[in-house]
Amino acid sequence: MNEQYTLHVNGSVHPVADAWLGENLLFVLRERLGFMAAKGACEQGECGSCSVLVDDNLVCSCLVMAAAAVGQPILTVESLAPPGVPSDVQQAFIDAGAVQCGFCTPGLVIAAHALLADEPNPTEMVIREALSGNVCRCTGYGRIIDAVQQVSVARRSSSGLAESPGAP
Amino acid sequence: MPVLIPLTLADAVGAFATYPEAVALAGGTDFMVEVNEGHRSIPWRSGTVVALGRVPELTSYSVDQQRRTVTLGAAVTWSTIELDPLRSLLPALAEAARTVGSPQIRNAGTVGGNLATCSPAGDGLPVLAALDASVTLASARGSRTMPVRQFMVGVKRTAIDPGELITSITLPLLDGWQGYSKVGVRNAMVIATASACVAVDRPTRSVRIALGSVAPTVVRCDLAERIASDGADWSALRLPPDVAGRAADAAVAASRPIDDHRSTAAYRRHAVGVMVARLLDRAFPGDGAA
Repeated sequence: MNEQYTLHVNGSVHPVADAWLGENLLFVLRERLGFMAAKGACEQGECGSCSVLVDDNLVCSCLVMAAAAVGQPILTVESLAPPGVPSDVQQAFIDAGAVQCGFCTPGLVIAAHALLADEPNPTEMVIREALSGNVCRCTGYGRIIDAVQQVSVARRSSSGLAESPGAP
Repeated sequence: MPVLIPLTLADAVGAFATYPEAVALAGGTDFMVEVNEGHRSIPWRSGTVVALGRVPELTSYSVDQQRRTVTLGAAVTWSTIELDPLRSLLPALAEAARTVGSPQIRNAGTVGGNLATCSPAGDGLPVLAALDASVTLASARGSRTMPVRQFMVGVKRTAIDPGELITSITLPLLDGWQGYSKVGVRNAMVIATASACVAVDRPTRSVRIALGSVAPTVVRCDLAERIASDGADWSALRLPPDVAGRAADAAVAASRPIDDHRSTAAYRRHAVGVMVARLLDRAFPGDGAA
């Protein structure tokens, strides 16, 4: 059964026409709307490659029924920074050597982004738990953890510098 | 018929009255796997999908200090349950919540969905059974409440009637130690090979022991519970080692595991004995402080 509906992706409204209503959000994002950042690997919520934010919640888009996400803000990695200008999380992944084949990277970047928005100063254990739903078969995770820690430290020092002139 | 997204409980109940064959969609973490793999068809003509995640009555919870109960809306997520204030109120359920899937899965998956799927390996189910939780169902005919153990009928089979949905799960606030243990091949993203919950209520001197993944539905170990509660020194909160051993043996005897792709019956029996003994050890530390 097909129906038309609209999704709010990365701040704009996207009509989805003539789609089967059982399609998952990952499929609709990639195949119908052209948002290619989220990746499809397991399609059963085990690998985290398809992670996106729905209503500020980090979820596997392969397990979201797209037609049930009508009206909810959906954010993919594409929303984090304009093309060619990486966000601090993306740049840290590059700097730390956290990207090898790159397939898991969009999911990990958005998971790291969500973690740092929620917990700006995470311990290594908190980082490992927060990223435990994202499988990477290349890096062994060490450099990914390093990247998240680098962002945390950099954000703290830049906010400290910004505040220090006016601080008592 | 589009996917229905009711914003009130009345509208959700109304949707199931109009479309008794409609599929209730909570977190989608079980359902969408089946859809993605083509194992589940959706009755678009006779029914539809009713998404429950935006019904405030289903996504919230309440605490009744007078009755000493917590009532969880069916669509409360594991990530809500694993954090305070629910973590402090329902420690064993919070421990079970932390073992569900991954952060992504816990942000979507719900306690009501766990019950509705009724997998033998459902992570929250041993806790609900140990705490003698009750399940409230609603339909256009009204609502009814039943013990969770009566609700779970078999492997992926429940007492839900067509046109009904789970609205809430009510759990007692016990006074005593409670905890959950789970064995699997790794820490994150694992389906339980075997799991166990032990919950103590000091005022009633009761010990509740429930096992997951070792039978078609959760097993409550009545004999093991009696052995532990009769043999405990309740003032010192101490359990003599031989009593703990006999209780663990009785729990193993109550389990009915099978060999499958995830493990063997023999390993599951062993794991159940170890988990129950360890949980009892934590429940009865012997210094009266727990």
